[in-house]
Amino acid sequence: MGLRLPAADENVLARRADIIADLSSIVPGEGVIFREREMKPYESDGVTAYKQMPFVVVLPETTAQVSRILAYCHANGIRVVPRGAGTSLSGGALPLADAVLLGMGKFNKVLDIDYANRCAVVQPGVTNLGITRAVEHEGFYYAPDPSSQIACTIGGNIGENSGGVHTLKYGLTTNNVLGLEMVLITGEVIRLGGKHLDSGGLDLLALMVGSEGLLGVVTEVTVRLLKKPDVARAVLVGFPTSEDAGDCVAKIIAAGIIPAGIEMMDRDAIAAAEAFVKVGYPLDVEALLIVELDGPEAECAHLLGEVSAIAAACNSSTLRVSRTEEERLGFWAGRKAAFPAVGRLSPDYLCMDGTIPRKQLPLVLTRMREMSQQYGLRVANVFHAGDGNLHPLILYDANKPGELDAAEAFGSDILRLCVEVGGVLTGEHGVGVEKRDLMPVMFNEVDLAHQQRLKCAFDDQGLLNPGKVFPTLHRCAELGRMHVSGGQVPFPDLPRF
Amino acid sequence: MPEHFSISDEASLAAAVTEAVEQGLRLDVRGTGTRAGLGRAAQADRTLDVSGLSGISLYEPDELVLSARAGTPLAQIEALLADASQMLAFEPMDTGPLFGLPAGGGTIGGMFACNLAGPRRLSHGAVRDHALGIRAVSGRGEVFKSGGRVMKNVTGYDLPRMLAGSLGTLAVMSEITLKVLPLPPTEETLLVFGLDPAASARAMSAAMGSACEVSGAASLPPDIAAARPEVPGDRAIVALRLEGFEPSVKARRAMLISVLAPFGAVEVLEPPASRDFWRMVRDALPFAGSGLDAVWRLSTRPTAGPALARTLTDTLGAKTYCDWAGGLVWALMPGEAAQGEAVRAALAPHGGHATLIRATAAQRAGDVFQPLESSLAALTRRVKASFDPRGVLNPGRMYAEV
Repeated sequence: MGLRLPAADENVLARRADIIADLSSIVPGEGVIFREREMKPYESDGVTAYKQMPFVVVLPETTAQVSRILAYCHANGIRVVPRGAGTSLSGGALPLADAVLLGMGKFNKVLDIDYANRCAVVQPGVTNLGITRAVEHEGFYYAPDPSSQIACTIGGNIGENSGGVHTLKYGLTTNNVLGLEMVLITGEVIRLGGKHLDSGGLDLLALMVGSEGLLGVVTEVTVRLLKKPDVARAVLVGFPTSEDAGDCVAKIIAAGIIPAGIEMMDRDAIAAAEAFVKVGYPLDVEALLIVELDGPEAECAHLLGEVSAIAAACNSSTLRVSRTEEERLGFWAGRKAAFPAVGRLSPDYLCMDGTIPRKQLPLVLTRMREMSQQYGLRVANVFHAGDGNLHPLILYDANKPGELDAAEAFGSDILRLCVEVGGVLTGEHGVGVEKRDLMPVMFNEVDLAHQQRLKCAFDDQGLLNPGKVFPTLHRCAELGRMHVSGGQVPFPDLPRF
Repeated sequence: MPEHFSISDEASLAAAVTEAVEQGLRLDVRGTGTRAGLGRAAQADRTLDVSGLSGISLYEPDELVLSARAGTPLAQIEALLADASQMLAFEPMDTGPLFGLPAGGGTIGGMFACNLAGPRRLSHGAVRDHALGIRAVSGRGEVFKSGGRVMKNVTGYDLPRMLAGSLGTLAVMSEITLKVLPLPPTEETLLVFGLDPAASARAMSAAMGSACEVSGAASLPPDIAAARPEVPGDRAIVALRLEGFEPSVKARRAMLISVLAPFGAVEVLEPPASRDFWRMVRDALPFAGSGLDAVWRLSTRPTAGPALARTLTDTLGAKTYCDWAGGLVWALMPGEAAQGEAVRAALAPHGGHATLIRATAAQRAGDVFQPLESSLAALTRRVKASFDPRGVLNPGRMYAEV
């Protein structure tokens, strides 16, 4: 794999023993891991194609320890890679040979549940599902539900602005986080937001969500809790063409209905999922929609009628409404198992994550079929149809020479296509290292420089998670320069009053 | 009076900012000036008027997306959306009446710069929650873009959300792309009367903690209730809004009445009375027509709001009411003196932030936004410098040096 990472700092590598000793004085006991055998679990994240043994792993337990570690690394010019559960699908937690891997797994406590204010304060290592588990006995839940929710942490969700299947109605992580405590690379601890709404100054909380561990290390999170809807019902609709399915989604939304979830699967994904979980998906359709409606029973009944009528008008060939909670969960079981199900069809697969304007779906699917033939690799598609987030799964065999490279090239072509039709490179998995070198497809140098200067405002030495997100590392001094053309007025004919 | 300078396209916007950089001029960036009274009173050498940068560039109702150039009148956008039975779900405040200006003014750029969401902030988020993409000119005079037109996007830092509410201090928006949502077919408001602040907080908390999907929750003390035509009666009220499809609203009305049973009898405001009521709450209409007497907007823990409002009334003589289930306290001071220290001291035990929304220029020379702790203040200045190193864009509008 030809992944370029920042060259290791020889000075840091040479001081390893001293650095381990210094870190051990900050985090005593078993909080510093430096033997290769013990560091092995940390050498990759959810993107197992990329591997790198960390320099040293540190597992702090308190904000004060995080602060001292970062201040120490800042003072000594040592790079830091933050990590939650390591479920990133973009290589965001990939270690560096000369970087302290800062594992936040011990920050696993729910600190405060405040039902009256509908929020919870948790440590960043609490899993996404762990938040819901802690409050569901009172009928509350935390809305964003990425498919890795059983394992992924809320800290990681903040890094990636994670979504899930209910984002069209309930929003992304950024819409469900009220406050953070975080530590800057200097060791300074700052608080953004809290149990109240909106920011009192610049909305740096909005900036932190989705910043992929490049700006600071989150040590505490305040999330919004929602009351669970009375009922949820799902309807499973098959279509003879993906155009019909896409048309149906557009018409549902045009009718003023925002379903809790609208998922689409193509023929290959349907077949794989049905073979895996056997929930009764129709196999003679080109596209399958799962539309979920939630709220009071009366609302669900009303909207199910509307959705069924719209589906029929859009040439649906099959339609099933869930009659029981068990059946509803069955409809979802196939979709939620789509990745492993597709995984059974092929020794390996790449999961892509572009977002497109929904109306471009037929074009994108057609072009993908052409590319599939060109590369000689199969592709199955699952699609968060409500919000346009497409997950093509490219099937390949890493043991066949050249197939991984071909799969990656195919994936890059798909993402370029997403941008070409008005979409973006990543909807919820993050840029990480995986899509880093594609950033210029979407952004020009001026766009990227504005983002990288923000990085400099937080981390002037570029020590936090370097080599991720941005295709080139610029020195902050170079980025900060102003290019002023000698006092000349460039447009003397502009209107003045 | 600073020199007035108008632009009508992105290239001339970039040129105007570049010229300011080169000549060392401080710009006062504005659209139609309806929100000119917001923020700290800052000195400028030149007014940069972007109201000519106007027009809706994209609207696809079934993709829930709209793009408009920053100077586009908000009223034009809201009318277009209403024609397609859609809306800006964050219910942006119309600041006109509070500032003694006509209602219905302002641009989308001004709305974005101020991030002032209305009652539906509670359930649907603020302006920033619906920000998908921007094109802008930074204080370097450079055009840049961030985000896109799709709902789900983590490609690079989320600058659109961060720039919302930055009051034009980092960059001048050229084009803004927003998520829009369907307009609920019907709405109604349930009223409960005569509750004290503690009971008001409990009633709103119970309603919000139910599955009734309340999209507006306000509490008004007796003096405000008595003075407003939108409010029946002259007792304190708690108002809870339900919106959606008719069968759903009907079902939730029954649910909510049972949730509210411990707090007393419930009266229902049907539309259009319900709409008028929430417009009053949204636009701080109880405080319109009071000159430049100081008006505060305090964001705090929802359960703390009603008691905090009462404290501001009892100790400082403020007229107050609460929105956002208690999480937003509006306070009109009994004169032009903002009494910032006292207001912030009252807020401090509950957490949150206080913003001086309306005051005389003299009062706005001091802290308008919540003062920042020193590390955060330094970070804020570095963020400002990263976008606007020469301090040409609305310098000092948020904080000294920002």
